[in-house]
Amino acid sequence: MAVTVPDHAAAEEHPVQVAQVGRQNALSSPPPRADLPAERGMLFFFNDEEARFVDAAVERLIPSDSEWPGAAWAGVLNFIDRQLAAAYGAGARMYLKGPWVPDAPPQQGYQLRYTPAQLYRIGIAETRAHVTSNYSGREFWDLGAPVMDEVLSSLESGAIELPSLPAPVFFETLLANTIEGFFGDPVYGGNRDMVGWRMVGFPGAYAQFIDLVELYNLPYTRPPISIGDTGARQAYLDGHTHDAQRQ
Amino acid sequence: MTVRMKPVDVALVGGGLTAAILGKELAEAGQTVVALERGGMRQTVPDFQSPTMHDELKYDVRHAYAQDVSVQTITFRNFVGQQALPMRQLGSFLPGEGVGGGATHWNGQTWRFQPEWFVLKSWAEQRYGRGFLDDDVTIQDWGITYEELEPYYTFFEKVMGISGAPGNIKGQIQVGGNPFEGPRSEPYPNPPMKQSHSGFLFGQAAAQLGYRPFPVPSANVTRHYTNPFGAEIKPCMYCGFCDPFGCEHFAKASPQVCILPFALANKNFEMRTHSYVLRVEWDRQAKVASGVTYVDAQGREVFQPASMVVLCAFAHHNPILMLQSRIGQPYDPETRTGTVGRNYTYQTMTGAEVFYDGEKRINPFMAAGALGTAIDDFNNGSFDHSGLGFIGGGYIAAYQTTGRPIYHHPVPEGTPRWGLGWKQAVRQHYNSTVSLGFHGSSIPHPNNYLGVDPTYTDAFGQPLGMLTYDFPYNDRLMARYITEKMAGIAQAMGGKQMSVGWLDDHYSIVPYQTTHNTGGAIMGTDPKTSVVNRYLQSWDLHNLWVMGSSVFPQNAGYNPTDTVGALAYWAADAMIKQYLKNPGPLVQP
Repeated sequence: MAVTVPDHAAAEEHPVQVAQVGRQNALSSPPPRADLPAERGMLFFFNDEEARFVDAAVERLIPSDSEWPGAAWAGVLNFIDRQLAAAYGAGARMYLKGPWVPDAPPQQGYQLRYTPAQLYRIGIAETRAHVTSNYSGREFWDLGAPVMDEVLSSLESGAIELPSLPAPVFFETLLANTIEGFFGDPVYGGNRDMVGWRMVGFPGAYAQFIDLVELYNLPYTRPPISIGDTGARQAYLDGHTHDAQRQ
Repeated sequence: MTVRMKPVDVALVGGGLTAAILGKELAEAGQTVVALERGGMRQTVPDFQSPTMHDELKYDVRHAYAQDVSVQTITFRNFVGQQALPMRQLGSFLPGEGVGGGATHWNGQTWRFQPEWFVLKSWAEQRYGRGFLDDDVTIQDWGITYEELEPYYTFFEKVMGISGAPGNIKGQIQVGGNPFEGPRSEPYPNPPMKQSHSGFLFGQAAAQLGYRPFPVPSANVTRHYTNPFGAEIKPCMYCGFCDPFGCEHFAKASPQVCILPFALANKNFEMRTHSYVLRVEWDRQAKVASGVTYVDAQGREVFQPASMVVLCAFAHHNPILMLQSRIGQPYDPETRTGTVGRNYTYQTMTGAEVFYDGEKRINPFMAAGALGTAIDDFNNGSFDHSGLGFIGGGYIAAYQTTGRPIYHHPVPEGTPRWGLGWKQAVRQHYNSTVSLGFHGSSIPHPNNYLGVDPTYTDAFGQPLGMLTYDFPYNDRLMARYITEKMAGIAQAMGGKQMSVGWLDDHYSIVPYQTTHNTGGAIMGTDPKTSVVNRYLQSWDLHNLWVMGSSVFPQNAGYNPTDTVGALAYWAADAMIKQYLKNPGPLVQP
């Protein structure tokens, strides 16, 4: 029987050198400006106490380590704040009519009557209340990292029972939005300096890899670009060979 | 008060792929045609252009191009007797909304069904005997054969510029293609795609195990190509933003690129956007459809009279629209009688991941929607089911579709779900992991069907459609058997670790699986067990037709679009060459 796969072993043996690919800036180097303090932009939705809770919680979900900053530095607080202040928070594109069956089996999906914005407001308030009554009056953000992790794990597992909503639903929403804020385009307020992309090596909004896709094991080191990078936009237009005027 | 529009010859419900096909063909045959699309217009220029199109959050996570469920959704339950609850957010599947429909922002994996799928019941009985399957496996023959559909597959593939390696030309097995496919009369119009690193590693291991790997057939077109209508398609640039994005490059075949310009240029054709169809109106005496009622952009209720009505909406929307319009006999799972809503099927998907722990760079972002290497050794017609207790099968593939990191950040089993351990695992595995997928068939079961919900309503005050579905026993057996084969390939790929994603115990509406919803208005030979005849014409109202995967009696172990397109051209041919000359039933029951 014929082997029907073309033999690309040659490509494996000769990875193309970095210089052939583009500008030098190894993705695997530490992120630039990591020494800067986390910046907080204007808040549209959270009050200051809610913001302290979210900033502390997302930093536990994606913590800083010796090489790469975490969710707080990346601006995930501002990302979530803007999402909740806008269409997503208002439950746009969600079916929000009753009647409500909040204890439905997981296969039937989200069945609470809250919009994401309402879910956060209530989830934060009730988690804070749980913490102050169980940890000697302290706030979540004043707990040490291991204790914060313990609280988050208990939200995740449902070991903590919140009065108005299932704790795991709040936790899963927070986790999903944190990942979105760490890896989504920086134009949305998170992924500061494309730190999430640099960490894994995702190049962002490039429009073509046709010449590289069969160069297996290629060390790809071109710095990432954001959709909001107007310089990259111009470079793209300058190098774009397609007839963009075609109707 | 209902506004009454000037009558047209043909009203198309929907403005997606099948509406583009029928709109062009019927307008050119001299018919006045209006397509009623619930969403808006969008075009390659200016809507799909870079860099703003490359936005994972907007298009993939927040579903910019998918159905707005705040307006209309469905309810869902796993079994008869359970209370169905509304799908409040999109999840398991993503019906499109807007001109071009899902075929605007699809991946482009364009497979023919094997010949056996079209005669599944009689094939299975002949090959394995009548007692092989129990009564709960309500598979049926389609009323059409692969041989009849083959010229229409070939034509649709030319329209879309499909790129692939043929495996069987007129019975001659071709090196490098899928040896298990049905005979094709001609090769693909364009050569196959390049091979990704994922596909290379998969193909190497699969070949070592004696399987027959080949490049996946693709609507990400591989060279400058002009289709039979004169549409120019450009080469795919492997940007890694196919589904659910519009293609900026004119390189992914879509209605906008391949078909719609020629319909829109015809004065007989009108695309009427922001028009939400509520029901088909029909004459109880004459047994013909008289037109459709919709809500227009201003919010007015409008009646569009038409001599012919074609349902071109998304898969489950078509049968639900028939139920809302009280056309045909609704399927009843208690008595197992009735047809409309019967044989809803889906797709049985499992996966596996091979982790190289940094030893290989996969560069998953060098990608395209139909960039993959597959084996078809376990599709329905490829292997012997004797002693296995199930029917069906599917293909196994390593697709390299995306490295978009919100959703693509594979980690091995046992990795913490968050925190430092998770972050470090994501960093280590992002660029060093290959994902495999099993794309399995879906066999009908008497309890899996579409109905009308008794409780919940849409923005227009109409009852929602109701989906009852769980994975049938047949498909659980099938998925276990073939997922084990996939795990064997994953094992042979030389990774440091691997994980296998088995089929869940119960179908869930939450995680995305696939938008390959099928059935509910199925085609067949008997009005007692099908909604439309072999030409996709309603048994009840001869001037009503149903397009799309709604008509599949069961779903094959392949992506549906090639078959949807071929059936639309097959039906258009019957309309133009037979029906318009002498309107009436094309098949006598």
